[in-house]
Formats: sequence, C-alpha cells, structure tokens
Amino acid sequence: METLFLIVATICYCLGSAGYFVYLLRDREVLHRISWGILLVGAVFHGCAILLSSVSTGYLAVTTIQNALSFFAWILVITYLLIQLRLQLRILGSFVSPLIVVFMLLSLFLPAHIVPKSGIFQSGWFIVHVTSVFLASALFALAFGAGIMYLLQERQIKKKNFGYFYSRLPSLERLDQINYLCLVLGFPLWTAGLIIGFAYASSVWPSPAGWDPKEIFALITWFIYAVLLHERLAVGWRGRRAAWLAIFGFSAVLITFLGVNLFLKGHHTVFIR
Amino acid sequence: MFNLVLLGMNHKTAPVEIRERLAVSCQQHVSPLHLMPRLPHVDEMFFLSTCNRVEFLFTSRDHDLALAEVKTLLLDYLGNPPASLLEAHLYVHENLQAVQHLFRVSSSLDSMVVGEPQILGQLKAAYREATECHTVRVILNRLLHKSFSVAKRVRSETMIGSHAVSISYAAVELARKIFGELKGKRVLLVGAGEMAELAAEHLLAQGVRHMTVTNRTQERAFELARRFKADTIPFDHLGDGLRTTDIVLTSTGSPDPIVSYQNVKSRMRERRNRPLFFIDIAVPRDVEPKVNEIDNVYVYDIDDLQGVVDLNREDRKREAMKAEHIITEETLKFQNWLETLEVVPTIIALREKAETIRASELQRTFTQLPDLSLKERHAIEVLTGSIVKKLLHDPILFLKKKADRDSKELFVDYTQQLFNLSDGNGIASSSLTDSPVDAKNETKMLKNINK
Repeated sequence: METLFLIVATICYCLGSAGYFVYLLRDREVLHRISWGILLVGAVFHGCAILLSSVSTGYLAVTTIQNALSFFAWILVITYLLIQLRLQLRILGSFVSPLIVVFMLLSLFLPAHIVPKSGIFQSGWFIVHVTSVFLASALFALAFGAGIMYLLQERQIKKKNFGYFYSRLPSLERLDQINYLCLVLGFPLWTAGLIIGFAYASSVWPSPAGWDPKEIFALITWFIYAVLLHERLAVGWRGRRAAWLAIFGFSAVLITFLGVNLFLKGHHTVFIR
Repeated sequence: MFNLVLLGMNHKTAPVEIRERLAVSCQQHVSPLHLMPRLPHVDEMFFLSTCNRVEFLFTSRDHDLALAEVKTLLLDYLGNPPASLLEAHLYVHENLQAVQHLFRVSSSLDSMVVGEPQILGQLKAAYREATECHTVRVILNRLLHKSFSVAKRVRSETMIGSHAVSISYAAVELARKIFGELKGKRVLLVGAGEMAELAAEHLLAQGVRHMTVTNRTQERAFELARRFKADTIPFDHLGDGLRTTDIVLTSTGSPDPIVSYQNVKSRMRERRNRPLFFIDIAVPRDVEPKVNEIDNVYVYDIDDLQGVVDLNREDRKREAMKAEHIITEETLKFQNWLETLEVVPTIIALREKAETIRASELQRTFTQLPDLSLKERHAIEVLTGSIVKKLLHDPILFLKKKADRDSKELFVDYTQQLFNLSDGNGIASSSLTDSPVDAKNETKMLKNINK
C-alpha cells in the first residue's frame, strides 16, 4: 500500500514537473494550474505513504536515507505549494519541481537499509528537529531556484542580450524579494532546528559535541546563511551576490544532508545508514 | 541631367561612437548648410541630423565631384578621422533609391523603433532650416513636401504608428524588468531632450511619483519641473541626486560623460545597493559605459535599447510590408514628376498650345468661308502650320540649348509664364503619371534633345 502510494506520488511529481516544463515554453496559465493541482495530488498520496510508514514503525519515517529524502521531497512540495499560493509567481514551479522529482527518484532508487528501532526517534524533540531543519532546507531550495532565475535574468539585462527567458522571468526586484523572504523564513527555522538538535543530542548522547561531520557542516551552512542575512540587513547586499550566496548556501545544505550521510561517518550515521 | 544623391549613416550602419562624433561636431560648428558655397557642384542640399542618423540629400549635375565635396565636408566636420574608417559606415543612394530612402525615413520605417513619430518632426525642423538657408529649391522642396505626405499616408493607411513602440517605451519596459512595480520609484531627469521627455511621460504614466529635474540652464529645469510637477536640483549636485534616485534619464548635449564610474561606484554603498537604472538617450553618451560593470547598476544607451525594441517588432513586420508598398508606389510617382521637370514637357506644352490655337482658329475661319476649295483649305493649313512652326522655332531652340544649364529651371519657368502654360507638373505631368507609355516617349524625346 505504502509503496503504491509512493509510486503514485512519484508519477504525480513527474507529471507536474513535465507540466511546468511545458509551461516554461508556453505561457498558458492553465498549464500552471494543472501542474500545481497534480503536485498537490502527489503530495496527498506522498503524505499518506509517510503517515502509514510512520505509524507502522512508531516514529517519524526519516531514519533511513531513503525515508529522509522522501520526507524532504514531501516538505519541499508542501512548501512550494504554499509559497506559490502566497507569491503567485508561477514560473517558480518550473525551477523547483525538477528538484522535487530528483529527490523523490533518489529516495526510490537508493538501496534500502533496515534500521534497528531506537527510543531516540520517538521523542517529540526529534520530530521538531527534523521538521524544522527540513522546512528550512526546503525554503533554501526555493531561494536556490529563485537565485538561478535571478542570475539568468540579470545576465540578460546586464549583457543586453535578450534570450527566451527575458520575457518569461519576472523582474529582478521580485526575484530578490523571494530570495530575501526564503532567507528570513528559513534562517530562524534552521537555527531553531540546530539548537533543538544539539539540546536533544546532549540529553541522549554522552558526548553531544563530538565533532560529528554532519553537525560541523550544519554549522558551516548556518554560517553561510548568517553572513548572507547579516550583509543583507547591514549593508544592503542584494542582487547577484545574494543570489550566488543562496546557491552556494543550498549546496552546503545538500552536502550536510546527503554528502555527509553517504560519504562520511559520525553520530548521525549511526542511525542513518 | 541632374542627379539626386543621398549620403548618410544611421543606427544600422554606424556604431554610436561614430554617430556621436558627428553630433558633437554639428553642435560646435554652424550647420553644414551654411557651407554651401564650399560645394560648387552641389545645387540643392538638405541636411538631417538626429541621434540615430545623419543624412545629406543633395542634387547635382556632376555626381562624382559633388559626392566628393560633401564627403570632404563630412570629414572636416568629424575632425578628419581616417576616411577609410568612415567609409565603411556610409551609404550612398542615388535618384530613385535616394527618394525611396527618404520616404522610408519620413514614414519611420528606417527608424530604430519602427513607427515612432518623432522622426517626422525632426525632418520638418531640418527642412525649415534648409528653407531658411535657401539651400532647397524646386526639386528638394517638392521631394520633402512629398515625403511628409507619404509619411502621413503610411500612418493613416497602415497600423505602423498605432502600436508604435518608441524607444522611451522600450526603456520603460526594461525598467519594469528591473524594478517590477514602478510605483514609488524615483526618477531623475538630467538634461532636456524630446526623447527624454517622452520617456519621462511614460514613466509617470506607469505610476512613478517622484521626479527630479536637473539641467545646466536653470530656467529650462524649472520649466520642465512645472510640466512634470517635479523638484529641481542644481546641475552640480547631480551626484547627490544619484543617492536617492532609482531611474536616471540622461539626455544632455554634453560632449563628455557627466556620470563617471567613480561617481556611481562610490554611492552604491550609501544606496545600500538598491538597483540603479541609467537610460542614456544622449549622443554623445552621458554615462560612461564602464558604469554598467557595477553590481546592481544597469546602463542602457540608445544602441542597447535597440535590443529591447527588437523583441516586439515582429508583429509589426506585416504592417511594414504594407508601408513599403506605399513607398514604392510614391517613389515611382515622384520619379515621373522628376522626369517632367526637364524641358521636354514645356516644349510639348508649348507646341500643344500653339497647335490648339491654330486648330480652333482654322475651324473658325473655315466656317466663315464655306466656299473655299479643298486646295485652298490645304494651302491655309500649310500656311498657318509653318507660321506656328517658325514662330516657335526660336523659343524651342532656346529651351533646348538651356536644357543642360543650371539656370534651366528659370527659363522653363519664364517660358511657361510667357505663354501661360500650366506649371511644371501641369498637363504634361498629369498625362505622365496616368500613362507610363507617355513617360517613355518623354524620356526618348529628352534623349534626342540632349543629343
């Protein structure tokens, strides 16, 4: 049942992403609405799958890399769907939906590991930690998408060489605002997620600050976004540099999230393997 | 026979660097029209200079010499750059092509922004100057008036003007891509040019509320400020203006850039990096091109705006085709008129008039003298015919002799007045425009005369 739901969700994401790709080529609002709807349907199925899996194990299903990726994809879809409602920037879907598909497919095709049950996962703190960090990552992913759009558009205006995207992409100011919005929402969540994580870890592990690579990378990521936010607020950094930093920051998020899990060992790898 | 020659360069053939050199020269010197005495082989001349084009239109009997003279004039103006450098950007159109080119210019088909209305006004202003300098006479007078009416015809018969997207509009579109909403943005208008004012109007229509005007002459600044309900700042305080403004429209006649890289760079921190958009409509440019390299600063000069304009030009192509058709038609009509300008029509009109008089007088005589025999009638016909012929022989010979003189028009004119013939484009011309066969006969006859 769970697998079926996941497959349906994946198909929905692929269709929605394809729809957004066509929308990129043809400016028809109906394409956006259909794609948005398909993504929503996918998210519902996906949510059910996660719920079923969590209920059957007794804790939030993020303890394997597959589950974590799948959960992240789900959070990303939900974040995108909500942000879209708020911002009404349809073309954003064309840049974010491929990310969703990538995460979803990765989660399906990475080999599964069975993780022994552990009491650690059952705490509410654990859920809050994971959710807030993932939510922040999803917002950073949106900022990443907006950053790419910004760079594409800025390049065209600066070089005075107007390609296809010129008319399809929104104004620079708008893209920069999205970058800022995602940063302002994502940074506190990331900070909170880290603090809760450290606090919770110190209560369940004997040496919480064990220079776990994931923790180090999470701090590096935090630092990148802290710099971005500080420069934005203090000296009014914006535009191209902010877009690059958002892209750079999200790469750090990916390394923290995936790179460390897959290639390095540490605290987190004890259970995410 | 005279030649109609058009020598010039426009935004398609010459980069802004070259055009701005010419524009500078033209401001410093007297109008080239005043230098007509230096051009002995040029009969009539018309000179048009806008920020996108420079055109010399002239008539001459010796085409090669005249062209060389005008080119020398042009080189002198530019401070003698290597002729080879300039040559590559120049175009020369002759006769029919020159007429066609002028019509295309006046109907705004040759404009950077096809269909923009300013060019006709500029053309009219240039024509006024030429009439004041008395450098245009029969041919160019007629040609320029024709070009105005062609422009009107194109405007009324095609859609080209109705969705004419002018440079200023293109600039506003670009501002939207940078700022999104223009409401609440600040605009600084530096210098006063027709184009800049148009752009300012567009910006106001888009919801821009704060406008500041600065100009070297204070009075002009105040005048503009009244018109746009704007503030003014002293021209020397331009740098401070850059601190708070979002869009800067420059169109001064300054020969050197008035906004430098350092000016802007040093103010970006104070601005907290808020985007700054320069629309530089001036030729020569008012903003150093290097300013565009600064982060969050965008500089568009008049050539760059072309790129934006290209985006929405496609849908106007169909209308442009229609306009081209009108122009071809009008060009042919004008050519016909040109041909009638030579002495031939006058001679024909003269003969026709004499023949009509002779025929009607004969008719009257014959009705009064019904008893005349066929032989006598014939004799009278021959007699009158030879009187007419002998009487007209000298005037016609005179006209033929003068046909290749500069003063030809004068004699044609006198002849027409003397014999009360209709004017240069009278009987003969109307018959010409109606039937192309006649036109051929005319040219044939003209050739015979010239021999």
